[in-house]
Amino acid sequence: MKCVTARSLDLTFQTNDGPVHALKDVNLEIGKGEFVSFIGPSGCGKTTFLRCIAGLEQPTGGEISVNGMTPDAARKARAYGYVFQAAGLYPWRTIGGNIKLPLEIMGFSKAEQNARVTRVLELVDLAGFEKKFPWQLSGGMQQRASIARALAFDADILLMDEPFGALDEIVRDHLNEQLLALWARTEKTIGFVTHSIPEAVYLSTKIVVMSPRPGRITDVIDSPLPKERPLDIRDSPEFIEIAHRVRDGLRAGHIDE
Amino acid sequence: MKGSVGPVLAILAVLVAVWYAAAVPMNVKEVLTQAERDGAVIEPGSAAERRDVGRWALVFSNVENLGATWSSERSRLPAPHQVVAELWKSTWVEETTGRRGIVRSGSLSNRSLVYHGGVTLGATALGFVIGALAGVLLAVGIVYSRVMDMSVMPWAIISQTIPIVALAPMIIVVLYSIGLPGLFAKAVISAYLSFFPVVVGMVKGLRAPDHMQLDLMRTYSASKSDTFWKLRLPASVPYLFASLKIGIAASLVGAIVGELPVQRGGLGARMLGGSYYGQTEQIWAALFVAALMAAFLVWFIGWLERRTLRAMGVQA
Repeated sequence: MKCVTARSLDLTFQTNDGPVHALKDVNLEIGKGEFVSFIGPSGCGKTTFLRCIAGLEQPTGGEISVNGMTPDAARKARAYGYVFQAAGLYPWRTIGGNIKLPLEIMGFSKAEQNARVTRVLELVDLAGFEKKFPWQLSGGMQQRASIARALAFDADILLMDEPFGALDEIVRDHLNEQLLALWARTEKTIGFVTHSIPEAVYLSTKIVVMSPRPGRITDVIDSPLPKERPLDIRDSPEFIEIAHRVRDGLRAGHIDE
Repeated sequence: MKGSVGPVLAILAVLVAVWYAAAVPMNVKEVLTQAERDGAVIEPGSAAERRDVGRWALVFSNVENLGATWSSERSRLPAPHQVVAELWKSTWVEETTGRRGIVRSGSLSNRSLVYHGGVTLGATALGFVIGALAGVLLAVGIVYSRVMDMSVMPWAIISQTIPIVALAPMIIVVLYSIGLPGLFAKAVISAYLSFFPVVVGMVKGLRAPDHMQLDLMRTYSASKSDTFWKLRLPASVPYLFASLKIGIAASLVGAIVGELPVQRGGLGARMLGGSYYGQTEQIWAALFVAALMAAFLVWFIGWLERRTLRAMGVQA
């Protein structure tokens, strides 16, 4: 079954400087349980595409369906959890309180809320931090808490918009490893926007290479890497080969400027 | 805190010194007139001649007759210790030994600043509550309704350009004629001054959440009321307290201005009464009570702010 299907998707923003083609003729299918990375330079529409899946942007042409529904209907059916570049935890709520935020809005019972907070905090390795406030946590821990928040209401799809972009290399490696473990355990479908080639190759089963003006897909790479991926897989010939192909795709997108 | 005591005392000492220095030329004419009556030789010799001479020139040509400038009974500018003495006399002494004081009559004396301060404090508190509530409600309307944003905000700004002294008598006359008590009229004037900073601060605060935080709420399909209660309102709290501090000081000013035309007690009435009868010490004493009250009120809001933010878990 296909989780996300986009057919000749177009999105044009009307700005004061004239129309901007954010997405042009985007065709993509994301299967259930896949880990799909979107990579490309700024302005290539990778974030815009993710926001289209989430129903945060309205495409101006083409079709997109999520779990067989329109993005709006899918959102109301709690099809996805969204993780932004910044953790965006509310400073006036504890970590537990932040994770309860979507649960309160969606009307879960108090007992259910508490059970879920405990469960998702374990999933992101933050057990015991429930009563801490965001400022008491490091940047990486805050981002993990925001992933826990997105997982709390059992959405099938996890949409992540450069979630580790603001973190340093070492923390990032660690979180990438944890994210893969989380993905293996929960069998979610993940859409992941990134600037980093190694990150995209390390994490994904499918890498979507995009290029700007107009935002479009230039290459879709199905990764031959095994599901089990220790960090040193990044030194293997297969890994380097895929990274090469991604880099070529990105360069091809830049040549015609 | 410890290290700041020195500088604070130094500034205070400078202010007191400037005040004492200013009291000499301010009071010199009256003091010299009195000294002349008492038989001292003054240069120049008559009050009529002295009228055209500068105050500083009088000070320097009559150095030996300036003693009374810090103790004159009808000074233009009373010296600090005279104001302090008046403060003491019109609070503690009046209440404990005065015929109408609380000790002998069982109720606060209408000649005491405790009584008048209380009158002003009541009007300030009522006006502040009305103003703060009106400010918060207007801000919510402005943030959620484009029509209100376009229509209310300009009026709110215009309302603050009218001098309150010009408006206060009209408010009092109108409210009195429809049978509302004086306290309410003063509170309305006080609210009129305090709602504006609250509107401005709350609008800013309710709009403080950025796009990402609003998008997050959209991904939960959150209702408008969820977004308000769980995001916009808590995010506005620091802004609210900043404007409440300005608002409560403005409320006090409003209450005092409202007491000027009413003349039924309050610090404003004491100030105006003092100026009618040339009782400058009384004016200054009332002014000091007002200043102390303002400092206390602002401190009180700050204390509430610290408690609230700590309860919300925000790093102090």
